[in-house]
Amino acid sequence: MAIDFAEEVDHVAHLARLTLDWEEKVRMAEQLSKILETARRVQELDTTGIEPTAHVITLPAVLREDLTRPSLPLNRVLQNAPTRQKDFFRVPSITAVKQVEE
Amino acid sequence: MKLYEKTAADLGRLFQKKEVSAVEVVRSFLDRIEKVEPYLKAFITHTPAMALETANEIDNRRMSGEELHPLAGVPIAIKDNMCTEGLRTTCASRILENFIPPYDAAVVGALKRVGMPLLGKTNMDEFAMGSSTENSAFFTTRNPWDRERVPGGSSGGSAVVVSAGMAPLALGSDTGGSIRQPASFCGLIGLRPTYGRVSRYGLIAFASSLDQIGPFSLTALDGALLMNIIAGYDPLDSTSLPESVPDYPLGLEEDVKKLRIGIIRQNVSKDFDPEVTAAVMKLVSILEENGAEIDEVSLPLTDYGLGAYYLIAPAEASSNLGRYDGVRYGHNAGGDDIESMFSRTRGEGFGPEVKRRIMIGTYALSAGYFDAFYLQAMKVRTLIRRDYAIAFNRFDLLVGATTPTPAFKIGEKTDDPLQMYLSDICNITDALAGLPSLSVPSGLHSNGLPMGTQLTAPAFQEGLLFKVANFLEQKRDPLPRWPRVELPEGGLQ
Amino acid sequence: MKMKYDTVIGLEIHLELQTHSKLFCGCSTTFGQEPNINCCPICLGLPGSLPVFNRRAIELAVSVALALNSAVQQKSRFDRKNYFYPDLPKGYQISQYDQPLARGGYLEIEFDEESRRINLERVHLEEEAGKLMHAGDSIFDSSYSLVDYNRAGIALLEIVTKPDIHSGREARLFLEDLRTLLLYTGASDCKMEEGSLRCDANISLRPVGSTALGTRVEVKNMNSFRAVEMALNYEVKRQEEILSADGHIIQETCHWDEEKKETIPLRGKEGSSDYRYFPEPDLLPLTLEASFIEKQSALLPELPRQRRVRFKEHYGLNGKEATLLTENRTLGDFFEAAANDYSDYRNLVKWIQGDLLYQLRESGKSVEQIEPGLLVELITLLNNGNITRPVAKELLAEMVLSGKSPHKLVQEKGLGRISGQEKLLPLVDRVIAENPEAVENYRRGKEKASAFLVGRVMALSGGRADPEELSKLIKGKIS
Ligand SMILES: [Zn+2]
Repeated sequence: MAIDFAEEVDHVAHLARLTLDWEEKVRMAEQLSKILETARRVQELDTTGIEPTAHVITLPAVLREDLTRPSLPLNRVLQNAPTRQKDFFRVPSITAVKQVEE
Repeated sequence: MKLYEKTAADLGRLFQKKEVSAVEVVRSFLDRIEKVEPYLKAFITHTPAMALETANEIDNRRMSGEELHPLAGVPIAIKDNMCTEGLRTTCASRILENFIPPYDAAVVGALKRVGMPLLGKTNMDEFAMGSSTENSAFFTTRNPWDRERVPGGSSGGSAVVVSAGMAPLALGSDTGGSIRQPASFCGLIGLRPTYGRVSRYGLIAFASSLDQIGPFSLTALDGALLMNIIAGYDPLDSTSLPESVPDYPLGLEEDVKKLRIGIIRQNVSKDFDPEVTAAVMKLVSILEENGAEIDEVSLPLTDYGLGAYYLIAPAEASSNLGRYDGVRYGHNAGGDDIESMFSRTRGEGFGPEVKRRIMIGTYALSAGYFDAFYLQAMKVRTLIRRDYAIAFNRFDLLVGATTPTPAFKIGEKTDDPLQMYLSDICNITDALAGLPSLSVPSGLHSNGLPMGTQLTAPAFQEGLLFKVANFLEQKRDPLPRWPRVELPEGGLQ
Repeated sequence: MKMKYDTVIGLEIHLELQTHSKLFCGCSTTFGQEPNINCCPICLGLPGSLPVFNRRAIELAVSVALALNSAVQQKSRFDRKNYFYPDLPKGYQISQYDQPLARGGYLEIEFDEESRRINLERVHLEEEAGKLMHAGDSIFDSSYSLVDYNRAGIALLEIVTKPDIHSGREARLFLEDLRTLLLYTGASDCKMEEGSLRCDANISLRPVGSTALGTRVEVKNMNSFRAVEMALNYEVKRQEEILSADGHIIQETCHWDEEKKETIPLRGKEGSSDYRYFPEPDLLPLTLEASFIEKQSALLPELPRQRRVRFKEHYGLNGKEATLLTENRTLGDFFEAAANDYSDYRNLVKWIQGDLLYQLRESGKSVEQIEPGLLVELITLLNNGNITRPVAKELLAEMVLSGKSPHKLVQEKGLGRISGQEKLLPLVDRVIAENPEAVENYRRGKEKASAFLVGRVMALSGGRADPEELSKLIKGKIS
């Protein structure tokens, strides 16, 4: 059974916060269907009882001591800010959001 | 022989004998860059002033009798996905076009401590996603061996810089072939170190469980010298390994007697360009003649590796790239409300391939698909690691082609992402297993393009890879060290 | 007949751990500083930065889990919770999903003189987000917001209860006891007003006798324990009214509006999000050796419940007294130190919960600033008859303010008790002469008039006379 990605494009693009124009969506649907068709071949393998690999390193995590280190100077913190107001990062309204079904 | 034609090791020797100054060397490379860069477009950012300043400082210190690192004063270029303090770092993306990091990547700090002049930041596929450097948001880099062809990717710029004599050394990053494939396309030594061997701190993440920084060099010795500088434990990278670092150039001259070598059947496939496979077999026969024990080995999961890789890497990427939201840095497309600002910023800022990977990864992690896609891919990754573990019970080293064909034409695969992905088919499974892997030039194709042979070793055996590569360098038919870059006005450089 | 409903509440408590540096970087956790000054590449989520665990955060998290009887897991894992919000620097929060730091656990609380066990689902560690300031009056009508990332990356402990709580008041009591416990462990300063302790609630109703859970509503933005109680009580009423009218509860997230005293549905944010959790590739799994957990267990101080029992048994205190001295840990410490030198424990408690607490409030001092031995000294002076009770009270105030010893103060101010006829009679005579009316009243049988006369003499003596002795003297004179 082929994967039809067309149905998913809008939903996934929203989850990923990507504005796509109509042409992009059409191309995306076609290309991703093909790619996922190949990728889903992993499902052919029997992995019963197999632990997933999240890390190839099998050592336990290292812990650092609770010591403070100098933070960045404020001008460095803000130097790349696209929209800045005083010493803050400024963002548009958080509430004027159209309710989107996820 | 011009200075820019020399290897890093040779330059180091000249410095130590005080026969040449670092400033002279940097000038030679800057001249070379001026001459050929307009036709190759390997750099995103040039830093001549910085390079000369470092060179000058190194010369002064050397004059004053200070004991310096052998590579002090040897210039280098780095891929534009490693953060450089105060110097634009773009990842070849519109979204980071004007990003100035306030800090240095760990490897950049290491290069600075040694005193290696930085010539510039090299072009790449956007966010290291690609196999041809055509996915750069800025321009396409050309292969110096044939300017109608791609240099490979994603670290194409770094490969071209070394291949065309614009720097003796460069750093790239390899997630699923991004060092080895361009090294093969450009006739270089390219090493992907063991996962955790080189700190990722300051490397802009593509897929965190796979990304590794590694060297491009003209010779195995140069690669070994550079690895000495960048390898080692970093307390700022939780996935860096505490294992002690050997002196890589040491033991480079040893022979290959009794070395058990397995030819990976899937990586000398009959579907590959026959000349590529023949070149691999030629190198293998050299090793055999010199006492190595050769046999075949099958890694049947190679076929599934591609699927696992194109689920795991995009899944991690979709998350790693969530931070580009227009709030703290990078492109911001504006908008009346936060949601439209996020979506427009990301829609405008990312190129098509990056969007594709974000979409695949988001899908693979999303509710309802996680188990069948992402989780299954992680389990297949376990099986792949197991395959390698079994193979390394029998063999010390595995070999095969680095790529199924030599460099392909610009534009040849851009309309078919899947074909593009398949050009990394030999580089993916060992990356999934976290193993060190090196591409060594195996000769020129009848069409004049370089071809590569890939050597894969157990974890931490980078030294073995350099040793075998060095051995092959000495014993194989000599290769032209340089591509003769054809300039449009006519003539060769 | 009206249907009866059971209330089912589960709480999610977020707790900022008291470490010096943040969970994954070396930035300071100091509260209340200028915006964006405690920030570095890591907590700003700059490209290329990577997290490294803070050992102290793990230790504190483990000690809280142990104090809550939660089973600390030797192996736990960190995951990424992916969502977009401007206070979230990386586009994901490093949290724990299906392999939390600790599972299960409970806290016993006193509810209507009865002990109730509130069971826990889990305890896990995650990172704090930044802080948003909204232009305009509230989150609902701001045209833009400002982001401060000082808080981003501070170690946050999440404690999730089972749906074991049945009323707003019970939720409040649980939180109060939880805070006491947390203060004992030293893991957090638990300041709700500064946001270092926060609580969200899931609340649903179901018909009495039913076992299926009703549709739940998540309530956020409750900024005090009182607000939690009020918000939950409000929700109970609101949901009851809807259900009684055969309506349906909508599963949603609400904000508690402290001004309007009502819950308001929050649109746009989160909703039914798909967080796409997956293992954090930048952090290896956390492996805690049994010896590490044992060490944290051994380092745990005596916890409030144990202390309360011990105070009742060892010092013979009643429940109320023991509670007072456990809820306020430093007050309990003060009591114990004083009790070393003074064995009438009940009397000691009376002084502490009465006059001492009063004087501390008046003077704005904290109990740590008071030397326990001084209170013992004061009580002993009184018991030995060296000073009178009114003088003792006055001295306590002086002592709290100045930290001077009561002995010294008595000498300096000449506050020793005046007794004996030769000293007191002149004063008594003077008062009798000046208040003939009161004397007359007394003689006509008004007992109260004698108290008035005693008061007058006391005033003349500067409170240094003993009222009983005076009373006898006066009555002897005028009867
Ligand atoms: Zn920080």
